[in-house]
Amino acid sequence: MTIQQPVEPVPPTSGGRVAASTSTSSRGTRILGFAVLAGLVALVIFGVFISPPDAELGETIRILYMHVPTVSAAYVAFVVTAIASGMYLWRRSEFWDLLGASSAELGVLFFALTIFNGMMWGKITWGVFWRWEPRLTTTTVLFLTYLGYLAVRQVPSNVRTRGTVSAVIGILAVVNIPITHKAVDWWRGLHQEKTIFGTVDPDMRGTQLFTAYLALVVFLGLFVWLLIHRFRLAWLTERAEDRGLDTAIAERRAEA
Amino acid sequence: MSSTAYIAAAWVGTFVTIAAYAAWILRRGRRMSKLVDESDRRWM
Repeated sequence: MTIQQPVEPVPPTSGGRVAASTSTSSRGTRILGFAVLAGLVALVIFGVFISPPDAELGETIRILYMHVPTVSAAYVAFVVTAIASGMYLWRRSEFWDLLGASSAELGVLFFALTIFNGMMWGKITWGVFWRWEPRLTTTTVLFLTYLGYLAVRQVPSNVRTRGTVSAVIGILAVVNIPITHKAVDWWRGLHQEKTIFGTVDPDMRGTQLFTAYLALVVFLGLFVWLLIHRFRLAWLTERAEDRGLDTAIAERRAEA
Repeated sequence: MSSTAYIAAAWVGTFVTIAAYAAWILRRGRRMSKLVDESDRRWM
């Protein structure tokens, strides 16, 4: 397997080499992290206190400020996984394998939050947390598919086999996204019509629209920040395992 | 439960979950950094 450099290769600097970090943080992630944190504070102020209730949705519009950005981040994460999976099958590099896996894990996290937020919204609007209607059913299939992706990566096997199998799943699974997304158009159900890549509610204006887009931007920034850290953790974990294996081999040779 | 409680649960649940996950990554990252060579943890 070809070993590539970490997600952000070390640049040549005038002062010599970049100092080794004692964590997964770097100057870039710290700046991004503070920006995301400020964005989250602004989102709370606008989403909870400033944004007025919607004429049709009432106070439940505040749940959409969480629901829509989390599902957007999840979709982006799954697309990144698919692209990284394709690149892995082409280049066979550890970089793409770990990037795909890291992004899939984040996708599952954000998608779980999407389902949770949706359940809260459903309880208020429909009177129940869950209904087996088309959007929720396809959502469940999509969620389970990516849980399967993560489960496959836990199965003991060599790195190349693990990478190949999970990459194939990562590519096939992304097909579920348009099916889930279009479920509200293709089949009659309870779920409201698509909000992202569609209508973002055409009646939404002013502060509501600003809050909705602020939430989208902040959560996509949060996704990028988490992805960088998760990738670096995966990279460090692989290196630590390599090192442990090398040590074990050396000890065994010394015993022989 | 009132609708306010469900709305609060959505926001608090989202923020707490993400914060916990971020904390886990950062803490584990610091621990793993101690186990690898310096050359393997030079980020841009």
